[in-house]
Amino acid sequence: MIITKQKDIKDILYSIKNGPVFLIGCSECATVCHTGGEEEILSMKEKLENENIEVSGWVILDPACHFLNDKRLLKNHMDEINRAKKILVLACGNGVQTVSEIFDTAEVISGTETLFLGEIKRLGNFEKRCSLCGECIQDLFNGLCPISRCPKEMLNGPCGGSIDGKCEISSDLECIWDIIFLRFKKKGQLYRLKEIKEPKDWSKSTVMRRTL
Amino acid sequence: MGSQSNLEKVLSEGRFAVTAEVGPPKGSDPQKIIEKAEILRDCADAFNITDNQTSVVRLSSMSGCFILLKMNLEPVMQISCRDRNRIALQSDILGASAIGVKNVLFITGDHQSFGNHPGAKGVYDLDSIQLIKIIKDMRDNGIFQSGDKIISGTPEIFIGAAANPFADPFEFRVDRLEKKIEAGSDFIQTQSIFNLDKFNLWMDEVRSRGLDKKVHILGGITPLKSIKMTERMKFHVPGVDIPNDIYDRIKNAEDPKSEGYCIAHDLINEVKKINGIHGIHITALFWEAIIPKLVKETNLYPRSK
Repeated sequence: MIITKQKDIKDILYSIKNGPVFLIGCSECATVCHTGGEEEILSMKEKLENENIEVSGWVILDPACHFLNDKRLLKNHMDEINRAKKILVLACGNGVQTVSEIFDTAEVISGTETLFLGEIKRLGNFEKRCSLCGECIQDLFNGLCPISRCPKEMLNGPCGGSIDGKCEISSDLECIWDIIFLRFKKKGQLYRLKEIKEPKDWSKSTVMRRTL
Repeated sequence: MGSQSNLEKVLSEGRFAVTAEVGPPKGSDPQKIIEKAEILRDCADAFNITDNQTSVVRLSSMSGCFILLKMNLEPVMQISCRDRNRIALQSDILGASAIGVKNVLFITGDHQSFGNHPGAKGVYDLDSIQLIKIIKDMRDNGIFQSGDKIISGTPEIFIGAAANPFADPFEFRVDRLEKKIEAGSDFIQTQSIFNLDKFNLWMDEVRSRGLDKKVHILGGITPLKSIKMTERMKFHVPGVDIPNDIYDRIKNAEDPKSEGYCIAHDLINEVKKINGIHGIHITALFWEAIIPKLVKETNLYPRSK
């Protein structure tokens, strides 16, 4: 899932400055993250109105990253959108761009920070699990990904900063290489960690590419 | 092999080697390096110039090496994977070789979040093991990482790597050394040794696998200058293991500086006795001036060519 967090309300107010504003949420990731579901859109509406910023209307797209669905759903809100000076999108970075592609003359504001592709550990607690690199190498590491989970993206880890299972950059962060090591050890396959892993082929990355 | 570096010569002749670190300045004044290096002349076989260590911007390691070369001192250029991709790394090795650098130490590098530009984007296109393998291929097979041929001049580099016997998982630390050797390391510089018991455990395993015959291991020595520095290293520098007894010695000393010197002096003498250790690497952070006394009083001075 795409993990987002809502921007600070002060930053959102600074970007909006004055209304009216049309609000857009998303039925999928942003709903699960509690950053852009119906509950959050209504709460945002209230916050803006408390600041005397008019909200001309709102919609939850299903999901915001679906271009054709968005066009269809937004048709029913054209009056509200035309009356708005700004469109505030509470969805991921993709959702914001799909909306701005549809309304290419409107001022579209992002109300979230898009963080990573991750796993829901508990409510409101997410961990990064994938860097969308275009060439999955997890078969080499027992279904674990050091590209997305090691801050140095090492393929021949751990580095010299792994202490007590924690990463050198933060004691809150598990060293993924420690986890990889323990999993191989448990399986009696530590020899597999002794093979030198070749540099990653980043040309397989789909960054900037369009693909089916 | 065949870099013809002085360091390689010393090590291949079975003599006990000494390298010393020269930290480049946070500024462009070459005099800072010249002054430090002049103090250390005759105290080491080669001098390491660090590459933006702890992710703090400093004068570049390549330029630092150039300054040493002009002084007729032999540099060990350190290069980290944090700030350059494979194109820049390979290019810098060609450039370093062209100006006369013969020893290079390859590290993955401290994470950028530790330094004075925590907002920087880390590169980490390669890790140190991959980079070492690439440089060995450039040197021995005349090819770049892509397989493309080197046209004019293969870099004759004596390849160094770092090893940290004190990091976790301890059980994997000798395997990792073995990977670095397999990748192409000619010499190894260890993390600063304070925990001699743990270091000996690591060396036992190194010897039992015969790795000390395949690579030259230099033990890391860092004289502790003050309680502040000791605390910083003990609690904040990743991968450093300062046992409580050493910490207490510095903490309770009337003169922490002289206590730090004594600890380093004793450690050198202990490390010299360890089978399979071929030299030491001294990192005297902001205390380079102590190195001449240290090598003299441990009978490592003067360094003969």
